[in-house]
Amino acid sequence: MKEWRYWLNEQRGTLMGLAIFILMFAVYIFNHPAGFTADVVQTAANKGVLLAFVAMAQTLVVLTAGIDLSVGMVFVLTNCIASYIVIGDTWETTLGIVGVLLAGMLCGAVNGALVIYGRLQPIVATIATAAIYFGIALLLRPFPGGDTNEDLADFLTGQTYELIPTSLILLLAVVLIVWIPFRRSVLGRAAYASGSSEQAAFMSGMPIRRGKFLAYVLGGLFAGMGGLFLTFTTYSGEAAYQSGGVYTLWSIAAVVLGGVSLFGGRGSAIGAIFGAFAARTTGDMLFVFDVDPLWQPLLQGVVLMIAVSIGAIDLLRVRNRLDWFQ
Amino acid sequence: MSDMTEERVQTAPRLPAFIRRADPAVATAFGCIILLLIVGSIYSSNFLSPEYLIQQLKVASFLGVVAAGMMLVILLGHIDLSVPWVMTMGAMMACAAAGFGVNGHILAIPVGVLCGALFGLINGFGVAYMRIPSMIVTLATNVVAQGLMVLYTGGVSPQDSAPPAIRWLATGFIIPGLPNAVIVWAIVSTVMVFLYSRTSYGRAIYGIGNSERAAYLSGMNTRRIVLIAFVISGALSAFAGVLVAGYASKAAQAMGDAYLLPSIAAVVLGGTSILGGKGSYLGTIAGVILITLLQSILAVMQMPEAGRQIIYGVVIICMLLLYGRTPASR
Repeated sequence: MKEWRYWLNEQRGTLMGLAIFILMFAVYIFNHPAGFTADVVQTAANKGVLLAFVAMAQTLVVLTAGIDLSVGMVFVLTNCIASYIVIGDTWETTLGIVGVLLAGMLCGAVNGALVIYGRLQPIVATIATAAIYFGIALLLRPFPGGDTNEDLADFLTGQTYELIPTSLILLLAVVLIVWIPFRRSVLGRAAYASGSSEQAAFMSGMPIRRGKFLAYVLGGLFAGMGGLFLTFTTYSGEAAYQSGGVYTLWSIAAVVLGGVSLFGGRGSAIGAIFGAFAARTTGDMLFVFDVDPLWQPLLQGVVLMIAVSIGAIDLLRVRNRLDWFQ
Repeated sequence: MSDMTEERVQTAPRLPAFIRRADPAVATAFGCIILLLIVGSIYSSNFLSPEYLIQQLKVASFLGVVAAGMMLVILLGHIDLSVPWVMTMGAMMACAAAGFGVNGHILAIPVGVLCGALFGLINGFGVAYMRIPSMIVTLATNVVAQGLMVLYTGGVSPQDSAPPAIRWLATGFIIPGLPNAVIVWAIVSTVMVFLYSRTSYGRAIYGIGNSERAAYLSGMNTRRIVLIAFVISGALSAFAGVLVAGYASKAAQAMGDAYLLPSIAAVVLGGTSILGGKGSYLGTIAGVILITLLQSILAVMQMPEAGRQIIYGVVIICMLLLYGRTPASR
């Protein structure tokens, strides 16, 4: 095979995610009363970036063949923390942002330590830590409230040169500064390898434990960035149980739409970003097509179920009957 | 020959049979229950009164019914995350059916349970036949059930108060002093114990949990067994929803949210391996009582919701670290 065909095969999931997103977004824009204007794109981008961060966090864990059901709660917790400390003059705000991101990384590190060094199943371990993170969030913010540095918030959720949404530039920067280096590092490859076949990765002497741990920590970091960005869009913090659950759920959907294999080892965070934008567009589509609000949760649920089922269906990968049972 | 056996019997340390056979996890769970009772009695003198304990059993019975279904699924190595809205749906549909006159009153409970079984069927089909990870399917069906219930309650104002039969089932007394809910839980438990210990289906559940491949090769119809397990789990969730509706005398949105984490916790704390194939029903009962007592003590201490969530999470993680770890590979 030619080199580019290998590349294409590797990026197939990501490109599928991109294709789904472009298709859906085109339909959305076409039916939107205002059409393709900077404001419409800005609103869509801001909402999409929120989910994109959470989906990237989910991707990192899913790549190691795990799953993080606490990702939405880390998002909510960091939102609550940010509504306290990301405020004041430039220095205080900077320190606050660093603090929020560190808190996110700490959450990820706890998950990672429990799963990798504690040898717990990711599902149960993260369900339990989700309860803890939500408890802490509720402790911090029994009632919605708080404040943030509004200048910075307006800047990041606004437009650059009155054209491009700043949030997209922020997302691009995060991908370039965090994701790409991780993907190319030894530890990043180890995380991929351990998701694909832990035994083989171990036999080849890859640092799988450190790789997986780093994946969990960076997952926490991305979820923390999401929480921070939520604070910038809402100017406040809220310990919302519902929204934590919803973000966890849609992060999984976004990951699947973005071509990341739930069995680990395949896909990329960039695909998950497209998946997140596509998932967001489904919600907006129902709005544009003027669907009765009462029907929206059901239709979204059905879309989610179909998307996720198709992405996760294992039957299609079965070569013989014994493959059913791993 | 007989001399030798005699000698061996004498030299081997003979513990009473029930101690030798006890699962350390189940023993720990029961130990924790006793510990909680002692702590509770220090805190409040009412804690050991029969009325209070009976009340706790009544509250535990709702969780117990959910956990019975959850355990079946966890023993297979799967998980059912659709509990919250399947419960709510069961309750709402049962209350809705009661709106249709006398026939509705008779059919209320079966209708609720059937709706749960139907969602269990979807879950089971996805997991067993389409091979989608159970976590994904059940998360998705949970959202669909939620959408359906939003649609159902949104447009019209539906009948949501529980009919007398359901109320009687949850709060009435056949045997004086023992609430019906506890009896219902006892019946469900008896059936479950019978299922696990005396039927080929129960043994197959353990077999599949240990190695589905081996179970398939020894001629079991593993897919049908998994499907049925999910149907039972869905039906039991919905049935628990009906009971809770009877207890609260109405069905409400999000009434099932408080049962997902505790039901998984109860099963896991009772020593059932989350990987499947290992666990006893006695442990699940212990886990349910343990969780209920813990909730009750936290409520008596007027612990706010935030603290309760944190303590839940910490307790579950500690118990998992004690005996829920996967064996070190290699």
